[in-house]
Amino acid sequence: MAPRVTIVGASLAGLRSAEAVRALLPDARITLIGDEPHAPYNRPPLSKDVAEQLAGADAETQQAALAKLTFKHRLPDAGLDWRLGVKATGFDADARSVRLSDGGRIAHDWLIAASGLRPRRLPFAGAEARRHVLRSFDDAARLGAQLVPGARMLVVGAGFIGCEIAATAAHLGLSVTVIEPQAAPMLAALGPDVAQAMASFHRARGIDLRCGLTVTGLSDANGVTLTLSDGSTVTGDLLVEAVGSLPNTEWLTDPALDLSNGVLTDATLTAPGNPRLLAVGDLARFPNPLFGPAPRRVEHWCVPGQTAKRAAETIAARAAGHDPAPTFAPMPSFWSDQHGMRLQSFGAPALADAIRIAEGRLDRLGQEPCLVEYLQGGRLIGLLGLGLSPAHLTRHRPRLDAALNETVAA
Amino acid sequence: MKVHVDMSICLLHGQCVIAAPEVFSFDDDGGLVWVKEIGEDLRADTEAAADACPEQAIVLEG
Ligand SMILES: Cc1cc2nc3c(=O)[nH]c(=O)nc-3n(C[C@H](O)[C@H](O)[C@H](O)COP(=O)(O)OP(=O)(O)OC[C@H]3O[C@@H](n4cnc5c(N)ncnc54)[C@H](O)[C@@H]3O)c2cc1C
Ligand code: SF4
Repeated sequence: MAPRVTIVGASLAGLRSAEAVRALLPDARITLIGDEPHAPYNRPPLSKDVAEQLAGADAETQQAALAKLTFKHRLPDAGLDWRLGVKATGFDADARSVRLSDGGRIAHDWLIAASGLRPRRLPFAGAEARRHVLRSFDDAARLGAQLVPGARMLVVGAGFIGCEIAATAAHLGLSVTVIEPQAAPMLAALGPDVAQAMASFHRARGIDLRCGLTVTGLSDANGVTLTLSDGSTVTGDLLVEAVGSLPNTEWLTDPALDLSNGVLTDATLTAPGNPRLLAVGDLARFPNPLFGPAPRRVEHWCVPGQTAKRAAETIAARAAGHDPAPTFAPMPSFWSDQHGMRLQSFGAPALADAIRIAEGRLDRLGQEPCLVEYLQGGRLIGLLGLGLSPAHLTRHRPRLDAALNETVAA
Repeated sequence: MKVHVDMSICLLHGQCVIAAPEVFSFDDDGGLVWVKEIGEDLRADTEAAADACPEQAIVLEG
């Protein structure tokens, strides 16, 4: 019988899973459930060029922007049931079915969890009309209406999304203040030296970046006013809360699952505790032998594509009665665009204990290209180009591949 | 199959060069060059490249 595959989450990971399952199991009956009303679309531009296009945009411009972000895909309609605008609300492991917000229930042989993340919020009430997060197209459209030149924008959280939207807004002519609890922006991802250099880079481009401060209160005085941990206050016309994300796991109502940080899986992306459930994309916490045994959740755009393919291979192998290939060792990569400078990385800089500046200088970011090598125990584990041409960075990749594959072999 | 890259969208991420090195490459000036017409043997790699492009700039026909 043709296997029934249900996918919860209709964004990049859900779409790529449907494509990969279809490629390996052409008769599979696939149901793709997504709570957003839109067909799967690309998120990264929402804090970059599309944020700029959405500033003060009318409805027509918004629709054009969404149409451009929508993924082109190769899925035929036959055998595929799209359920957009419907939320999965629960899951019955024994009956192998998912409950939906429209009262429906869908039975499956295999279930792929691709429900991703949602933004964390500051734990204060007030000034709701001026407060924003940035994850979905609708978030970006709502924010765009308040991206007015001259407005004062506060950003809490200097991770990638916070730094990108701060840079975009400064470019649009807003005055931007960023509050970051840690000592430097993007600290966990880039390490202290590069993060400090990025702090100077942002300050030199007009961002008022205040590090080492947390928000202790919020009021709607004069717009939106934050009280900070040093007792000072800062006021803006709008506030972007970019304080990290929470995995969307509430619908996975099965006590056998480890949901402590996303969905824990093994190397086949199967959840221990439920052999019929796989997780992909931002939601999946899976081991990658390139970086040791500990399972990690990785919030990079490349992960949905890599994990979707792997999940489909697991399902196809098990459906045919054999074991999937044992090793899954995808190379992570991410990019970011800030003030016209591209950051591009391969490997896992976040796990490094030392860096080496291979080219350029950290105190000249944005003026000359810089290549940073990330080391762990003296071994190369990541590369980061800052304003470096991708052609140039790509030439260094074989070295990283070789260094990382040594560990897998070892 | 015909391969087209919309250079008005391409931001030179180079993900396609990694996914399908026989089809996409950088020239000496760092510009993207690609094989415009490919055979069946390169279809899978080229589709993987189109999927891996963060700007969705690669259009395949046929
Ligand atoms: C503003 C922004 C900028 C980014 N920039 C970059 C970048 O420059 N580089 C980079 O590498 N990465 C970037 N990323 C990260 C990248 O976009 C993510 O890694 C990617 O979107 C993850 O895809 P996903 O499908 O796993 O999860 P998501 O995209 O989060 O999709 C999950 C989907 O599931 C839906 N859903 C959730 N719960 C349910 C439910 N119960 N029932 C039905 N549907 C549900 C959600 O609404 C959503 O549509 C950025 C992300 C954002 C938000
Ligand atoms: S991956 Fe896409 S954006 Fe990057 S170089 Fe290739 S076509 Fe251009």
